[in-house]
Amino acid sequence: MASTSRWAGLGALAVFLAVLPQVLPNNYYVDVAVLAGFNAIVCVGLNLLIGYAGQISLGHAGFFGLGAYSSAILVTHYGWPPLAALLAGALLVGLLAFAIARPILKLKGHYLAMATLGIGIIISIVLNTEAQITGGPDGIAAGNFSLGGFELKGERAWYWVIAGLLLVTVWLATNLVDSPVGRALRALHGSEVGAEVVGVDTTRYKVLVFVVSAVIASIAGSLFAHYTSQLTPTKADFFKSIELVTMVVFGGMASTFGALVGAAFLTMLPQVLTVFEDYEPIILGGIMMGTMIFMPRGLVPTISAFLTRRRP
Amino acid sequence: MLSSFLQFLISGVTVGAIYALCGLGFSIIFNASHVINFAQGEFIMIGAMSAVWLADAGVPLPLAVILAILVTMAVGVLLEKLAVEPARKASVTTLIIITIGASIFLRGLAQEVWDKNFHKLESFSGETPINLLGAVLMPQTIWVLGTAVIVILLLAWFFNRTLEGKAMLATSFNPLAAQLMGINTKRVLLISFGLSAGLGAVGGIVITPITFTAYDNGIMLGLKGFSAAVLGGLGNGAGAVAGGLIVGIAEAMAAGYLSSAYKDAVAFIIILAVLVFMPNGLFGRKGTERV
Amino acid sequence: MTLLSVEKLGKEFGGVHAVSDLSFTIKSGTIHSIIGPNGAGKTTLFNLITGIYTPSSGRIRFDGKEIAGRAPFELAQWGMSRTFQNLQIFFNMSAMENVMVGHHLHLDRRFLPSLLRLPGIARGDEKAREISAELMRFVGLEAYVKADAQSMPYGALKRLEIARALASKPKLLLLDEPAAGLNATESREIDEVIEKVAQSGVTVVLVEHDMKMVMGISDHILVLDYGRKLAEGTPDEVRNNPVVVAAYLGGGVP
Repeated sequence: MASTSRWAGLGALAVFLAVLPQVLPNNYYVDVAVLAGFNAIVCVGLNLLIGYAGQISLGHAGFFGLGAYSSAILVTHYGWPPLAALLAGALLVGLLAFAIARPILKLKGHYLAMATLGIGIIISIVLNTEAQITGGPDGIAAGNFSLGGFELKGERAWYWVIAGLLLVTVWLATNLVDSPVGRALRALHGSEVGAEVVGVDTTRYKVLVFVVSAVIASIAGSLFAHYTSQLTPTKADFFKSIELVTMVVFGGMASTFGALVGAAFLTMLPQVLTVFEDYEPIILGGIMMGTMIFMPRGLVPTISAFLTRRRP
Repeated sequence: MLSSFLQFLISGVTVGAIYALCGLGFSIIFNASHVINFAQGEFIMIGAMSAVWLADAGVPLPLAVILAILVTMAVGVLLEKLAVEPARKASVTTLIIITIGASIFLRGLAQEVWDKNFHKLESFSGETPINLLGAVLMPQTIWVLGTAVIVILLLAWFFNRTLEGKAMLATSFNPLAAQLMGINTKRVLLISFGLSAGLGAVGGIVITPITFTAYDNGIMLGLKGFSAAVLGGLGNGAGAVAGGLIVGIAEAMAAGYLSSAYKDAVAFIIILAVLVFMPNGLFGRKGTERV
Repeated sequence: MTLLSVEKLGKEFGGVHAVSDLSFTIKSGTIHSIIGPNGAGKTTLFNLITGIYTPSSGRIRFDGKEIAGRAPFELAQWGMSRTFQNLQIFFNMSAMENVMVGHHLHLDRRFLPSLLRLPGIARGDEKAREISAELMRFVGLEAYVKADAQSMPYGALKRLEIARALASKPKLLLLDEPAAGLNATESREIDEVIEKVAQSGVTVVLVEHDMKMVMGISDHILVLDYGRKLAEGTPDEVRNNPVVVAAYLGGGVP
């Protein structure tokens, strides 16, 4: 992974993000782009865990939701400034992820899937049940994000903030992947014992990447709480977790740009599928099965492998 | 005091029996293929919904039940043929997404073929409650428990006494060696899906007179069945049954004595506690007999 | 000087004694081979020494420290590394990156500098790349400096594991059947690599079936049978030991 190709990729992404709003016809499309941006940020983080370190999580929406609700609750019930609430949420999620990561990441494969799924579902049940502070299934409104007198309002303003944050997240993620830390993560994916015998403390790195991906989800969740008019527990439930994992795997595991493509595609898909109304789940399920059967490595790696092969 | 405890216990064991059947379904497929079939819960839903549909269409109940089981088994076999077999070499994560996709697909299909309403099946032998030390025992509960016991005994017989069953066990221990011994592992895979789908359908049908059913009923049932299977140690049949009962009883007790809102969380809290302290489940020691 | 000493080591798996009452020492700067028939406990012994298994009984001292039950990554920090009979290559990475992971302990691996790719990280990686390329040349993999691990042939992967282990700068390197699955030419080349490693001052412990290789390069040989020590000594002593000849070599000693 030469640094030139990394800068080229980042540059291309920056140009794309800068041009995109100019060609989007109205705010509905900008809204979809912002939602895709939120998902993309979470997926870039989740891809560090799933794609690079090879550890599955079926509960990441729980961390997204915990960040979102921390912000919403601290801001509406306790009058915290949004940024402080965001940081508190990230700290809370980071500590929670750290506390559970050590025992959980000892587990392998399906047991890990079960444990993370369980955590996600418990978080979502708590959010649904503690209606006095969370608003229950009806949700809660966090109000606009404001910082030092400046209030973030409207799809287009949000677009630039999320685009910028996405760019930073991608930059940090690609930095990390191509560093001693990132190599340790990829190594433990390749062979845990192989990594251990050359001095990689695999448990430490698994905990690290779990916490990092959870904190990224939490920060995105906190901002999302302010973006959406009404935050509901569906953003933290099992299906949201599945959606996030599907985005990562669909786009291509161990490919940061794959995670972006997966997030963008699967955010747009339901918008397109609404014309099919009730047939939406059939088509969504069919696409999930079809892509995984025919492109098990995901979209971006499959296409790039295809292109390299065709090159003379 | 005792009567309410007994009442909770009855309802816990009843729903636990369904989790056990579902957990067995997970374990059978896991043993045959190392796939976690997240569409397992949909088998429960399809069995129940098609039985309701056939019964409403005037088909006599026993026939409706048999047909519904067959329909569900056909769905299971098709799922294996069309979605799992083509992706056999894929990673765990990929396979998880395929079966989750299948589950969303089947749910969407159910909502189209039938509807989004709740449905109830008539009790198999009336609604006259039986008094048991102050607790109420519905005749359908006896049907649930009786069916579960018979199905579990049949399974035990199948895996320990029949050639087909032994072939499946052999495949779970070492697929390559089994193949070299002339066992058709593809067929084993197909049977495992058919069998698991049948198990799900049976569970779904017998519980529907008590709990109702709807197109989206399969998700939670499936996840709890998965908890049961993991609790007992993935691939361990007796473990899955024990896991199902533990989850069912704990859930009923929590709903009765603590808070019904957190009923659904109980299974997952137990599973987290067990996984943290016993990473291979309660009975998932290496070397224990599987299924 | 004694680098490794094993005292009354035992390992039991559900009642089966894979290794029992085993004592021996390994001197610095030697090539030490462990031989024995299949199931003699050679790989189990390796796994005990390198921290993959925890001993049921006994002590292992490495470089003056008691190490029984320590995690493999800790042992690597103290200067021990190994290769595997069943390859443990990182197939999701390039060949070069495999070796760079081996250099992990000697790099700045703090999280925040890595995340921001501070100049120190970039410089460290550059250096690691040079060292790794050099090590790949050292084991004869110059042709694969730019290859992906998954595109390399079996023989090259065995050497890649050696390069990766060397990148951790071990005092003690344990090689588990480095020549298994190789043809005669490749086997000879591995032979040369092992001697070069030993000459560079690294103590080598070797499990190997290739008797020609073992007899040719070892300073000291330990013969195991059913998890116990059958004999030990120089190649000549072992070759002429009637117990060894009878029990294991069957007279056909080269």
